[in-house]
Amino acid sequence: MKAVDVLRFAWVSLRGYPSRTLLMVLAMAIGVGAVVILTALGEGARRYVVDQFASLGTNLVIVFPGRSETAGMAGGMFLGQTPRDLTLDDALALTRSRAVRRIAPLQVGSALISYAGRSRETPVIGSTSEWLAIRKMQIVQGTFLPAGDPRSATPVCVIGATVRDELFGSEPAVGRLVRIGDRRFRVVGVLASQGQHLGFNTDEMVIVPVASAQSLFNTNSLLRILIEARSRDELDLTKREIASIIQARHEGELDVTVVTQDAVLATFDRVLRALTLAVGGIAAISLGVAGILIMNVMLIAVSQRTREIGLLKAVGGAPRQIRLLFFAEAVVLSAIGAAAGLGLGLAGNAVIVRLYPVLPAVPPVWAVAAAIATAIATGVVFSILPARRAARLDPVTALSRR
Amino acid sequence: MIELTGISRVFQVGDQAVHALREVTLTVEDGEYVSLMGPSGSGKSTLLNIVGLLDRATSGAYRLAGQDVTALSDEEQARVRRERIGFVFQFFHLVPRMTAQENIELPMMLAGRPAEERHARARELLRSYGLAERAHHRPEQLSGGQRQRVAIARATVMQPGLLLADEPTGNLDRSSGKEVVEILEALHEQGMTLIVVTHDPELGGRAHRRVRLVDGSVAEDLRGP
Repeated sequence: MKAVDVLRFAWVSLRGYPSRTLLMVLAMAIGVGAVVILTALGEGARRYVVDQFASLGTNLVIVFPGRSETAGMAGGMFLGQTPRDLTLDDALALTRSRAVRRIAPLQVGSALISYAGRSRETPVIGSTSEWLAIRKMQIVQGTFLPAGDPRSATPVCVIGATVRDELFGSEPAVGRLVRIGDRRFRVVGVLASQGQHLGFNTDEMVIVPVASAQSLFNTNSLLRILIEARSRDELDLTKREIASIIQARHEGELDVTVVTQDAVLATFDRVLRALTLAVGGIAAISLGVAGILIMNVMLIAVSQRTREIGLLKAVGGAPRQIRLLFFAEAVVLSAIGAAAGLGLGLAGNAVIVRLYPVLPAVPPVWAVAAAIATAIATGVVFSILPARRAARLDPVTALSRR
Repeated sequence: MIELTGISRVFQVGDQAVHALREVTLTVEDGEYVSLMGPSGSGKSTLLNIVGLLDRATSGAYRLAGQDVTALSDEEQARVRRERIGFVFQFFHLVPRMTAQENIELPMMLAGRPAEERHARARELLRSYGLAERAHHRPEQLSGGQRQRVAIARATVMQPGLLLADEPTGNLDRSSGKEVVEILEALHEQGMTLIVVTHDPELGGRAHRRVRLVDGSVAEDLRGP
C-alpha cells in the first residue's frame, strides 16, 4: 500500500462522517488553542516585565536596608534590634567609589498636594537631580530638581503629567507654589508622560529633594539607594565596593542588601517562565482528554465499520494494513485538529494583542511545537487500541453482520 | 487446483460444539464451474469461506495450486486472497463512502499498485460491465444489479484464478440476477475457476458440477449438464 493511498483512504473516511470528524477536530483544536493562548499570555507577561526592567537600564544596582539572606545570625538579633537605617550620608559615601557613575537616594511617602482649592493624594518621591538620568525619564516643562547639596531641603518639586492636569488644568504650572503636606513647594518642572511603569504610574507622582521628603515624612532614613555602575562589565565589582563601603560605615556589619537589576530581572524571568510552563501544562491536560475522545470515537468507528473491515480483509487486506489504515485515520484527524487549534490559538492571540496592546503576547515557539507534537502523539497513542481491534476482527463474522 | 482433504470445522456455541463441516474431501480442477447447494446450515458458506481463506478449518488439509495454505500466517493468507481469490457477496459489501471506481480499485490499492494503472484497469472493467457512466457514483446511487456488477469488477480487478460467489443473486430481482449470472459465466469462459453457493436450484443447475452438502458432509457430487 502506498503512503499517499493510506492518507487518501483516511481522508475519505473522515469526510464520510463529517459531524464526527468536526467534533473531534474541535476537541483537539480547543486543546491546542488553549495551550497556544495560555502560553502566549504567560510569555507576554514575562516579556512585559523584562522589557520594563530593561528600560530602567541594566547596570543598575539597588541597595536597601536589611539582609535578605538569613545565613547565620545577625548581630542584633538577640537584642531585638532592627537593622541600621540607610542614611543620606551612606548614599553620599558611595559616590567616592570609582565604579559608581551616579547615585540617587530614595525616600517615598504619600501626601496631599493642593493648589488653589484643588487637592489630591499622591505618592511623593524624595530624590536628587541624578534620579532623572538613572530612571531614564524626561522633562517636558521647566527643569528637574536642581543639582547641589542633597542635604539641603530646597522647597521645589517636579510633578507628573496627571498631577499637573488635575491641579492646574490648562494653566501653566511651572513657577506656581503648591502645598504638599504642611509645606509649600514651588513647581519647577513637569515630567513627560510615561504611563504605567512596573505597575507604578509615574504620571501621578510628585518628586521633591530627598532632604525635603525626609523632613516631610519626619525620618532620617532612606528607602533605598539606586546606583548606576560605570560599566556593565564591572557590576560585580561595583556590588562588592558598595557593600564594603556601607559595611565600613556600619561598624563592620553588612546589614544591607545589594542587588543588581539583572538579578531581580532573572528572578522575575524564572518565576514567569515557570508560570507559563504551568498554565501550558494545565492546558495540555485538555489535549489528553481530546486524545481519549479520539480513542472512543475510533472504537465506535471500528464497530460501525465492521463490515467494511471484513470486506477489506476479504479483498486481501492484511492485518498490518488494516491497522495502518485506522491508525492513519486517527493521525490525520489529530493533525487537522492540531492545525485548526494553531489557527484558533493565533487568532485568539491576535484578539488579546488588540485588546491589550501593552502586553507583548506571542506564543513561544517551543509551546506551539509541543502542543502540536502532543496533539499528534495523543492521536497516535490513543488509536493503537482501536486499530488493533480492527485488525483482529474475524472476517466471517464481520461480513455476516448486517 | 483446490484440494480439500478431511476438512472439519467445529464452532463452539456456548458449551456445545457445532459441527459445520465433517471430514469434507473435495478436489476442484482449474477452470471448473461448481455450485455448492444444500439447505440452510448445511455448511456450504463455511466451506466457501475456508476455500476463500476467510476462515480456518479446525482440522484437515487445504492445498491451493499445490501449496499448503492452512499453514500460512494471517499476513501471507491475506496476500493469497489478494492475488488469487475474488469474492462476490450476497449483500455486495461496497464501501459506502467510496465511488464505484474507488471500490473497484480497492484491492489494487491494498496491493500497492500505482494510481494510473488502477484507474486504467477500473475504467476498463466499468466499461465492459456497462457502468462507464456510473464510475463516480456512490453505492447508494446505484441499483442492486449495478452494485453487484461493481462488486464483481472489484473481485476480478486483480485477475484472480478463483472466483467465489456467495448467493450472488440472492438480493437481486430476476433480470439483474440474470445479468450477474451471465457476467460470472463469461468470466468462467475466460478461464476462471468459479464456485457459487446458492439456494436457487435454477442457478445451481447451470453449473457444470453440482455439489450438495447435507449436515456438513458432501451428499451428492454431480458432473455434466
